[in-house]
Amino acid sequence: MVHLASPREFYAFSLRWSRRIGAVTALLMLVGLYLGLFVAPPDYQQGDSYRIMFVHVPSAWMSLCVYSILAGAGAVALIWRVKVAEVVAAASAPIGAALTALALATGSIWGKPMWGTFWVWDARLTSELVLLFLYLGYMALDAAIEDRRTASRAAAILALVGVVDLPIIHYSVEWWNTLHQGPTVTKLGAPSIHPSMLAPLLIMGLAFTGYYLALMLVRARCELLTRERGSAWVQEIAAADGAPHP
Amino acid sequence: MSRQSGLWRACLGLIRRDLLCVSRHRAEAANPLLFFAMVATIFPIALGPDPKALAAIGPGAIWASALLSTLLSLEGMFRPDLEDGSIEQLLLCPHPLPVLVLAKVCAHWLATGLPLLLLAPLLALQFGLTMESTTTLLLSLALGTPALSLLGAVGVALTVGLRGAGLLLALLLLPLYVPILIFATGAGGAVQRGLAPSAHLNMLTALLVLALTLAPIAAAAALRVRG
Amino acid sequence: MSPERATASTEPALSVSGLECRRGERLVFSNLDIDLEAGEVLQISGPNGSGKTTLLRAIAGLTPPTAGEVRWCGRRIDEGRVEFLRDLAYLGHADGVKAELTVWEDLEVAEALRGGGLTVADALDRLGLTELADTLGRYLSAGQRRRLALCRILTSGARLWLLDEPFAALDEATITTVGRLLEQQAERGGLAIVTSHHPLPIDHARVVRLAA
Repeated sequence: MVHLASPREFYAFSLRWSRRIGAVTALLMLVGLYLGLFVAPPDYQQGDSYRIMFVHVPSAWMSLCVYSILAGAGAVALIWRVKVAEVVAAASAPIGAALTALALATGSIWGKPMWGTFWVWDARLTSELVLLFLYLGYMALDAAIEDRRTASRAAAILALVGVVDLPIIHYSVEWWNTLHQGPTVTKLGAPSIHPSMLAPLLIMGLAFTGYYLALMLVRARCELLTRERGSAWVQEIAAADGAPHP
Repeated sequence: MSRQSGLWRACLGLIRRDLLCVSRHRAEAANPLLFFAMVATIFPIALGPDPKALAAIGPGAIWASALLSTLLSLEGMFRPDLEDGSIEQLLLCPHPLPVLVLAKVCAHWLATGLPLLLLAPLLALQFGLTMESTTTLLLSLALGTPALSLLGAVGVALTVGLRGAGLLLALLLLPLYVPILIFATGAGGAVQRGLAPSAHLNMLTALLVLALTLAPIAAAAALRVRG
Repeated sequence: MSPERATASTEPALSVSGLECRRGERLVFSNLDIDLEAGEVLQISGPNGSGKTTLLRAIAGLTPPTAGEVRWCGRRIDEGRVEFLRDLAYLGHADGVKAELTVWEDLEVAEALRGGGLTVADALDRLGLTELADTLGRYLSAGQRRRLALCRILTSGARLWLLDEPFAALDEATITTVGRLLEQQAERGGLAIVTSHHPLPIDHARVVRLAA
């Protein structure tokens, strides 16, 4: 793992693996969606509308996962000044934000047949909304600072503060929700789950993870090339590809 | 123990300096307070003068106004220091930077949070809050505004001197402020329903303690990175 | 105890080895070696943009270098940072003078943050600011503000002075005074690094030139 800290090594690694992971992800997505949309039986309460959970739940999982990775990569970048960690963090943030937005959208769509409206201040949806703002704040800070290395380090501090605050936000929003809302039960979490529904859910979870990894590797690679464009190894690659000299 | 007295002297010196600077810019210093009062007045205007409705939203509206006012005043913590170059003195001071940051936060709260606390009873009157509600509101403000200043210090340290820093600061801090807001207004809500606010105030205290221990370290790290 | 600590001396000495700094993409300087002993004054000269300020900030630890290290009394400056800071007085490009405070109040705060050298009154006297002690910072001229910043160096009692363009906006008489202060610092066994376009008004100053 440590040898990946070298930008050159990481570049080669990401070239190889993003394609492999991407292929596996595509396969998993197809299998998962087929099982989820056609094979799994309708829910006894919600009928067919529950099927959106096969997209909603994995994207919500990943939105939290990616934020933790953001904080972890940020910590590595801060403590050991590893450029690859900076690049991984910068590449992950937009993906995490998009997944959070997807979770919010699919959560809303799922909610419509159940609640009658597109938005309800459900604890989990509200937490996701706050998470979206955390992502957007991270991206805004990164964009506002000109020097890329300073920007990564400042954003890393923000991500670390955010990751400590995340459980606090989650529990406080849950508390807030049970106080202010009536006893309406929201079935967004699908607690009682039949194995025929669990399998596609887990497959989609893996697929989303693969999606994040493949996409992150591609983005990180591009970001790395941009940041390191003055260095010798990048010039070699550019020359080998026949790119015009800067 | 001269090192300890040196640290104490340095912190008192910082607090004294910041408060002196604020007191000599009194008009500017009053702005956040006026903003607080203005925003709190906007709620009844926007939502109608029904006394029962106002009493119900009172604590929340006043807290939202306090939060927005604090956001407005936070930049003053480090931006003047960056502009005139005295931030280097802070960064090169031979004392632990987190403690010096805590001194600056102290000064900031004394200059902005405390006045909010003192004006709040008048605004509580505007919303027709009961004695009990007002006391809970003041307690929640006393516990919550220092936490806002502490977390705010992290945000300001990260964004000081950037273009669009004011809005960026709000975007960064609002998600982090959510728990404080929830427990502070939760206390008000509990009292209005005849319950004890102690659970909420305890959580608020816990958040304040957490902020006291972690925020200065994060803010110091951010100052060094930006600095 | 690490071997470094065991050999760290109390004899003031600055050692810079293989220092490299970048500003954004641009390489400012690389492979810079400087060794400074007690009683020495070093001038860093060079055209604008050659990295004099960046070098001074890197030695102070304000800007992390991309390569190389700085050692004070044998120890790296990022370990034992508090001890290093206690020995360091830094004068930056900006004066760091608060517009809302009087000269006396400003220097008092600086002395509270880090004292150990001259008293506030003595420092003001040395740089001829005693009559202006009750003047607010906003009414000071550029030269007077620079003198106040230099007073801060005197109240710090530090062994290592890092001064970035200390002579900017100063008149002839004050330049001579500052020169004498530098000489006294050297006589006391302290060290000083000064960036300046002009030659220093003292004898026996080493010069390091940075290329553009």
